[in-house]
Amino acid sequence: MTQELKKLTEQASRLGQGQIEMTAAETEVSRILQICNACRYCEGFCAVFPAMTRRLEFKSADVNYLANLCHQCSACLYACQYAPPHEFSVNVPQALAKVRKETYIHYAWPKPLGKLYQRNATLISLLSAITITLFLLGCLNFYSSNMGQGWAGNFYAIYPHNTLALLFGAVFGYSILALFMGVKRFWEEAAPGLISSRAISEAAYDSLSLKYLGGGHGDGCNNEDDEFSLWRKYFHHFTFYGFMLCLGSTSVATIYHYFFNLEAPYPLLSLPVILGTLGGIGLIIGPIGLLVLNLKKNPLQADVSQDAMSRAFILLLALISITGLGLLIERDGELMPIWLSIHLGFVMTFFLTMPYGKFAHGIYRVAALLKNAIEKRHTSRISVGSD
Amino acid sequence: MVDVLVIGGGNSALCAAIMAREAGASVLLLESAPKEWRGGNSVHTRNLRCMHEGPQDVLLGTYSEDEYWQDLYKVTAGKTDEHLARLAIRESSTCRAWMMKHGVRFQAPLSGTLHLSRTNAFFMGGGKALVNAYYRSAEKLGVEIRYNSPVESLELKDGDFVAAHTQTGKIEAKTCVVASGGFESNLEWLREAWGQNERGEYPSDNFLIRGTQFNKGVLLKNLLDQGVDSIGEPTQAHMVAIDARAPLYDGGICTRIDCVSLGIVVNRDGERFYDEGEDCWPKRYAIWGRLVAKQPGQVAYSVIDSKALGRFMPPVFPGNKADTLEELAKQMNVPVETFLQTIRDYNQACQAGKFDHTTLDDCHTLGLQPAKTHWALRIDEGPFYAYMVKPGVTFTYLGLKTDQNASVFFDGKRSTNLFVSGEMMAGNILGQGYTAGIGMAIGTAFGRIAGTQAAHVALDQVTHSIEKSYS
Repeated sequence: MTQELKKLTEQASRLGQGQIEMTAAETEVSRILQICNACRYCEGFCAVFPAMTRRLEFKSADVNYLANLCHQCSACLYACQYAPPHEFSVNVPQALAKVRKETYIHYAWPKPLGKLYQRNATLISLLSAITITLFLLGCLNFYSSNMGQGWAGNFYAIYPHNTLALLFGAVFGYSILALFMGVKRFWEEAAPGLISSRAISEAAYDSLSLKYLGGGHGDGCNNEDDEFSLWRKYFHHFTFYGFMLCLGSTSVATIYHYFFNLEAPYPLLSLPVILGTLGGIGLIIGPIGLLVLNLKKNPLQADVSQDAMSRAFILLLALISITGLGLLIERDGELMPIWLSIHLGFVMTFFLTMPYGKFAHGIYRVAALLKNAIEKRHTSRISVGSD
Repeated sequence: MVDVLVIGGGNSALCAAIMAREAGASVLLLESAPKEWRGGNSVHTRNLRCMHEGPQDVLLGTYSEDEYWQDLYKVTAGKTDEHLARLAIRESSTCRAWMMKHGVRFQAPLSGTLHLSRTNAFFMGGGKALVNAYYRSAEKLGVEIRYNSPVESLELKDGDFVAAHTQTGKIEAKTCVVASGGFESNLEWLREAWGQNERGEYPSDNFLIRGTQFNKGVLLKNLLDQGVDSIGEPTQAHMVAIDARAPLYDGGICTRIDCVSLGIVVNRDGERFYDEGEDCWPKRYAIWGRLVAKQPGQVAYSVIDSKALGRFMPPVFPGNKADTLEELAKQMNVPVETFLQTIRDYNQACQAGKFDHTTLDDCHTLGLQPAKTHWALRIDEGPFYAYMVKPGVTFTYLGLKTDQNASVFFDGKRSTNLFVSGEMMAGNILGQGYTAGIGMAIGTAFGRIAGTQAAHVALDQVTHSIEKSYS
C-alpha cells in the first residue's frame, strides 16, 4: 500500500514537472527507437524510420504517431541485426502494434467505450447475434402476416425504406462522429502544422496505393518469414476497394430512391447491382485472403493479442458480403426475408463497431500519413547529415 | 561427393556458393552459426564501395577506378596489393546487377551518410537483408545449406583439399572455398596477439567485439598450423571507438560514438591524447579504436557541450550529463583538477573562426599539444556530456595470401582446389586502415571469383587466366 502511494506521489511530481507518464508499451518503443535512431539501416523501407530521424527523443506523442504510421510490413524485423535473439531484442513492428492498440483505446470517443477494443471479437459476435435476432424477429412478424403472397425482391415490403434509412443513418452518423472525435484527439496531440494540398495528395496516394506495404523496393511485405510478397497488399486492395464499391452501390441506390423515385429492387444490370456485386466479390476474396495470411503469419511480427480483433473484423466483412450476395441470388425466393435479416444484422454490427474495432486503423493510418506528409515538408532541426 | 564445399555463411561465402552453383556445380555450404545468427559480420554491414562511370540508380556522380585506388592507397598507407585491389575495384562496378538478380536491393544513402552518396551503394535494410536474400536465392538454386556446422580442420594432401572435418564427421568435396572470417571473437587469440603492454596490462582484455560471436578463427588457425602462406599482422584490424557499455559481441553499428570531432577526448587521467579534428569524422572514426587501445585501461571519454547536440548521430545509450564540468568529471571518475585544467588549456587555445562541420573549417587551437586542427569550439555551454568509449574490433586482417584466382598457397605453391575469400583474405588488400564499404567490395569480388574457380576446377573446366573473365 505504501509502495503504491509512493508510486502515485512520484507520478504526480513527474506530472507536475510537465513529464507525461509513458505506458510500458510506449517505453519499450522509446527504448527500441533509440537503438534504431543510432543505426538507421531500415530507412528505405517505409515512412516510420525517416520520421524517426527527425527526432532525438521519443515521447508519448511521438510514439503514438509513429505507431499509427507503421503498416506492420515487418521488413525491418527480418533485416534487423538487433532482433531477438540479440540481447537488444529489437522488434519494431510488434512494439509499435502494441502501442497502436493502446492509442485506439486512448483516443476513443466517448472515452469509456475505448475498453471495447479489448474484447472486440466478443463484442462483434454478441452484437451480430443480437442484431440478427432482432431483424429475424422483425421478419417473423412479416412472414406470419404475408405468407404465400409473393414479395419478389421487395425488401421494403419487409422493412419500410424510411425505417431502414433512419435506423442505419443514425448509427452510421454516430459512428462517423465517434471516429472523427477520436482522430481529432490524435491529430491535436502533436499537430504537425498547416495542411497543404500537396500533403493531402501525397497522403491520399500513400493510402490508396498502400505504398508502404510494398517494402520500399516494391517487392512487398513479409508474412511467414523473410520472403517478400505482394499478397497482403493485393488482398487489402480487394477488401478496401470492394468495400468502396459496396458503399458506392448503396449511395447510388439512395440517390435513385430520393431523387429519381426509382425504388429497389433494381434490375441485375443496374448500377447499384453491378457495383454491389463487384464490390461483394472483392469483399469476399479480400477478407478471406487476409484471414489466411493472418493465420499463417509469424507471430513475432505482430501483437497476437490483437489477432481476435483483426480476425473478427475481416470475418464480419466477409459475412456481410456473403449474405449480401446470397440475398441477391435469393431475392425472389421464399427465403429472401431471412437472408435480408441476417445481412442487415451483420451490416448493423459493422456500423456499430466501426469506431471501436479494426475499422479504425484505416482512419488513424490515413491521419498519420497526412501528418507525415506535412512534417516531411518542414526542414528538420537535426542536422546529423551535415558531417 | 559434392563438387564444391563452401565453408562460411557470410556475404563472401554466399557469393561463392551461388556463383559455383550457377556455373553448374553441386554446392554444400556449412555455416557454423545457428540459423538465427547466420551471416557472420555481413549482417552488420550496410554498403558496398562501388566504382562507377557516371550516375547510377543510387549512386551520384562518377567514382573512377583511379580515384577509388587512390582512396584505398591512402587509407592503407600503401600496405596493399595494387593488382588485387584493382581487381576488386573493377568487380565492384559490375557486380551490382548480379546482386540485384539474387534479391539484394539498394537504396539512397541513409541520413547522416551524405558524404558516401557518390562512393557507396547502400543495401536496403542493411547487410542482414542482403544475407537473407542470398540464402533464399541459394536455396532456390539448390545449394545445400547446413547450419550449426563448424569445421574443425581441413584434411590436405600436398596443399590440395581432401576433406573437411566436423564434429559429426568428414565431408569430402572436389574443391573447397574457405570464407569463414577472421578471428576477432576469439578472445584468447586476441590476448596472445596483443600481449602485455608497458603498463603490464593485457589491452585486448578491454576490447569489445562489434562483429559476430562466431568468428573464432578455428579454420584460420588450422591452416596456419598446416603451413599456409599468410598475410597481415594479427594486431591489425578494423577497430572503432565504441560505447563502453556495448555488448561483448554483435554491438554492430549503433554503438558508435560520433561526437569525437565536435568536442575533445580525454583518457582515464583526464588528459587529451590526439587531434580530434584531424579530418572529417567518417575518414577518422576507424583509427580511434587503436588510439584508445593505447591509453591506460583502454578507455577514453568523448566530451562535448550543448552546442554539439543535434549535430551527430544520436548515441544508443545516454551519456553522462552534468551542468558543470566539475560534476561531469566526478561522474566520469577522472581526476577532477587535471580534467578541468585540460578543458581550460583547450578553451584558451581555441581560435575564433567560422565553424562549419561540413568542411575542414578554420576553428583550430593555437599552442596546444596535441592540437585540435578543425572544429575547435570552446567547451563552455552546459549541460555537458561525456561518453565512455572502448576499442571495438570489427574484424581482423590476418589472413591467407592469395592471388587473382582466389587460390590458397603453401610455400609459394598454388593449391589446385582450395580457394579463399572474404575476411580470410581481405588482408591482402587491407594491410592496415579502412574505408567504408571496402570489406563488402572485397568479399563480393573474391567470393564470386572463388566460387567460379572452385566450380570450374570441380567440373574440369579450368580457366587459367582470371583476367579473361574479370577484367
